[in-house]
Amino acid sequence: MQKPPVTSRMELLQGTLDFIVLQALRWGPCHGYGLAQLIRSQSGNVLQIETGSLYPALQRLLRQKAISTEWGMSENDRRVRMYRLTGKGRGRLAAERSRWEQISRAIAGLMIPPVPEDT
Amino acid sequence: MSILEWLPWERARRTAELSDELRTHLDLATADRIARGEAPAAAAANARREFGNLGLATELSRDQWGSAGMWIEQLWQDMAFALRVLRRAPAFTIAAVLTVAIGVGGSTALFSIVDATLLRPLPYPHPEQLVRVVDDYPGVGGRDVGMSIPEWHDLERSGIFSDISPCWFDNNNLSGLVRPQRVSLLIVAPNYFNLLGVAPRLGNTFDPRDPTPGFNQQAVISDGLWKRLFGGDTGVVGRVVQLDSDSYRIIGVMPRGFQAPGDTRDERGTEVWPAFGFGGAPLDDATIQSRAGLFPSAIGRLARGVTVADAQRRVDALVQSLRRQYPADYPAERDWHVRVLPLADSVAGDVGRPLLLLLGGVGVVLLIGCANIANLLLARASARGREMAVRQALGGGTSRLVRQLLTESIVLAVIGGAVGVAIVAASKHALIGVLPDSVPRVNEVAIDWRVWAFSMGASLAAGVLFGLVPALRARRVDITAVLREEGRSNTAGLARGQARHALIIVEFALSLVLLSASGLLARSMWDMLRVSFGFNPRDVTVVRTRLPYPNDASEDLYATVTEESRFVREVLRQCKTLPGVRDVALGGGAAVPLDHPYQDQTLLRVVFERAEGRSNDPLDVTGSEVTPGYFGVLGLSLKRGRLLDEHDTDASPPVVVINEAMARAFWPGQDPIGRRIKTSPRAAQWSTIVGVVADARTESLAEPVRPQVYASLYQREAKHLAIFVQGGGAPAVLERQVRDVVQSLNPSLPVFGVETLDATITASLALRRLSLVLIALFAGIALLLSAIGIYGVVAYVVSERTQEIGVRLALGAERSQVLGMVMRQELGVVIIGATGGLIGAVFLSRVLAGWVSGVRSLDPLTLTASVAVLTAVAAASCYLPARRAAGIEPVIALRG
Repeated sequence: MQKPPVTSRMELLQGTLDFIVLQALRWGPCHGYGLAQLIRSQSGNVLQIETGSLYPALQRLLRQKAISTEWGMSENDRRVRMYRLTGKGRGRLAAERSRWEQISRAIAGLMIPPVPEDT
Repeated sequence: MSILEWLPWERARRTAELSDELRTHLDLATADRIARGEAPAAAAANARREFGNLGLATELSRDQWGSAGMWIEQLWQDMAFALRVLRRAPAFTIAAVLTVAIGVGGSTALFSIVDATLLRPLPYPHPEQLVRVVDDYPGVGGRDVGMSIPEWHDLERSGIFSDISPCWFDNNNLSGLVRPQRVSLLIVAPNYFNLLGVAPRLGNTFDPRDPTPGFNQQAVISDGLWKRLFGGDTGVVGRVVQLDSDSYRIIGVMPRGFQAPGDTRDERGTEVWPAFGFGGAPLDDATIQSRAGLFPSAIGRLARGVTVADAQRRVDALVQSLRRQYPADYPAERDWHVRVLPLADSVAGDVGRPLLLLLGGVGVVLLIGCANIANLLLARASARGREMAVRQALGGGTSRLVRQLLTESIVLAVIGGAVGVAIVAASKHALIGVLPDSVPRVNEVAIDWRVWAFSMGASLAAGVLFGLVPALRARRVDITAVLREEGRSNTAGLARGQARHALIIVEFALSLVLLSASGLLARSMWDMLRVSFGFNPRDVTVVRTRLPYPNDASEDLYATVTEESRFVREVLRQCKTLPGVRDVALGGGAAVPLDHPYQDQTLLRVVFERAEGRSNDPLDVTGSEVTPGYFGVLGLSLKRGRLLDEHDTDASPPVVVINEAMARAFWPGQDPIGRRIKTSPRAAQWSTIVGVVADARTESLAEPVRPQVYASLYQREAKHLAIFVQGGGAPAVLERQVRDVVQSLNPSLPVFGVETLDATITASLALRRLSLVLIALFAGIALLLSAIGIYGVVAYVVSERTQEIGVRLALGAERSQVLGMVMRQELGVVIIGATGGLIGAVFLSRVLAGWVSGVRSLDPLTLTASVAVLTAVAAASCYLPARRAAGIEPVIALRG
């Protein structure tokens, strides 16, 4: 598989990573490997999450009770830990999303500045 | 997060789950790659590469679980590791554990005693409200001068106390149901037990509002007496016994372990409590109305919301108004005061300071032990240098290494502490047995959670203390140097040598403090025993009896001096015929040197016939009543005039003999013979001073002799009698013989309290001797530990410098020069320690002088001797390893 170009790899801020994981779990329960794949494919191979970041994020979200976990079966019948969004996680996701939209609107505003007035 | 998740095994389970999950992740990734057509081996390798650092991912994930669990898990690992390390070095472990066991065990033993006597609240409800109330005459140096009945009533009415009861200790003769026995009696007001808030184990206590003016003929007895005399018979309640010749009904038995909260050993040993209204027979109206001290003191329970400080303030105000109201009873120069002190403090009495001193002493031993173990650990650190370097090189964080080393020390200390406490717990009874019976509340000594908490606290503190320096030093290991095996004779070694020398300085400084403390105590003891007592205790045995004091005066067989003299002369005559007896004398209880409880202590309120420049108010002087033979039996030498003789009787004018201290105090440079005094303001007749005897330290060995008056027992009666027998058989034999004599004259009289004067003197010094022995023991241990410490350090330094010394010898240095060099350097360290210790010792001697009577506040001789002993011990312990240095063979040293 081809590696995404170094320049496009994004340093993910912790808060953003948690947001992305929660967002990915919105589609239903998933295991760790599946989450990594899902995030990569949905971001068009731009966001590749290091396992060294993913699993700590999952443990962090578990501790915050934003997600829950139980043992389950993967598509190819392997015993895996499945994560699912809790009610609390859903609330958090909604809050994070509105914050994200605010920020991205603000950044978009900065990127496309109004036509400067001649002085 | 539940607390369960902090448990190490819970974390282990979760860790296993996590690695399982990460492995599954790898497997799935590999499977995906194979499905995409990669070769299995390449797929596994690529998946692995893409995954990154598996261990790191695990660690980072675990980090999210919170620090508390991680901390506990690491502690668990450290402790397991520490135990393994300690097991691998048994000699070191045993030495260190024993050192801690001695220090912590000793501290714990003393703490358990301090706790019971000083710290623990009294075992009564709301103990903070309980106080003892005592009268003082600070103006004339009088403490504990006794309280009068009107004063008690004033305090009762003041509203400061919800209850207040006089406590009047006495001996009595109990008979009736059993053969005559001497029992300890505490005469109290009916509210006494109600005030303490203690219920009896059997029967009842007194009705606190009982209005009987005299004795209500009811008695409460102690559990001890109940078992001793009545064999624990429950039918004893309601039975009638005789106390002296009066009948009392036993109405209750106090619970086991109940002890009267007395400020004297005798009061604490009370066996019978009769209730007295302090308003009727056997006291006459004049006594009831007199404002002169009658009973020793009172105990009270403060009214709700009144603190001890409030009470003292309000009592002070009351005392001021009473002094204005009764100026004749309270002359200004006496400066009458009433002290309100917490009952627990009054029970603890004056043993507090010696006990704290001992606790401090054993604490110093513990500190020295810590310094020694720190030294051993530093020595081990050089051996473990490689281990530490390897662990750091492999990424062990320095803080983690420090923690692990500290854990090792603490595990060591806690094991040592547990061993120490186990020994203390096992030897609790022996421990209590060593204590002189002047130490109060020893029945409350218990190895309970407080004592355990103290010992564990002490162990932990010790562990941190001796572990900290070596642990912090481990941080500074020069990894590359150590790993290149150059860590043997470099600067790290030197720095360690410095740390070890610093510890030696501390050890010797502390040892010197202990050494000089024991020296000071020994010196004060020596001072006390070396100077003549002024009386000769050799071969004199005291046997006591007590004449009855019936509530109905008409029943008193010994109501007048004439009647009592007949009895006294007969006892004297018969006792003189006992086998081996050379001489016999009788006296009041106050005549017994160094051992008289309050009720025997006769403070005479002396009135002088001629003022001669003094105020004409009565002065307090100690006095006793004796038969003429007393001076001969005790070896008091006549300085002037004549002694009392057989012709001084109630038929002749009263005479007294005084001591030189009294002559000096009141007739300086004059002849007191022929002067007249009254032995109490109410005395009908003047007593003429007929003689002056030499000063005798019969009141206290430590304090200067006070003015003393000796009256004739034929002229002034005493109910508590002491029979002084010179010569005769063993004390037990004498007691039986004297009992036969006394009871042949009156079968109802008790005979008790036999003791040789030598034993009395020993007992009066018991607490002082115990302090001395223990402090000397601590000093010995401290010195031994310091000697071991310096020996170890010198041996270490010599081994570090083997090559250097080899070079010196090869270049022609004399062996004696090498010996001198090593000794000089090490003794320099000792001198620094001794100097520090000297400063501490001077400071301590100031404190000691204030705490223990007879200790000099600055004693150059003791200090010099202590320094000399310390230096000699240090030199001896340096000499062995230093000689080894001088014996180094240059060829071998340089080759190695």
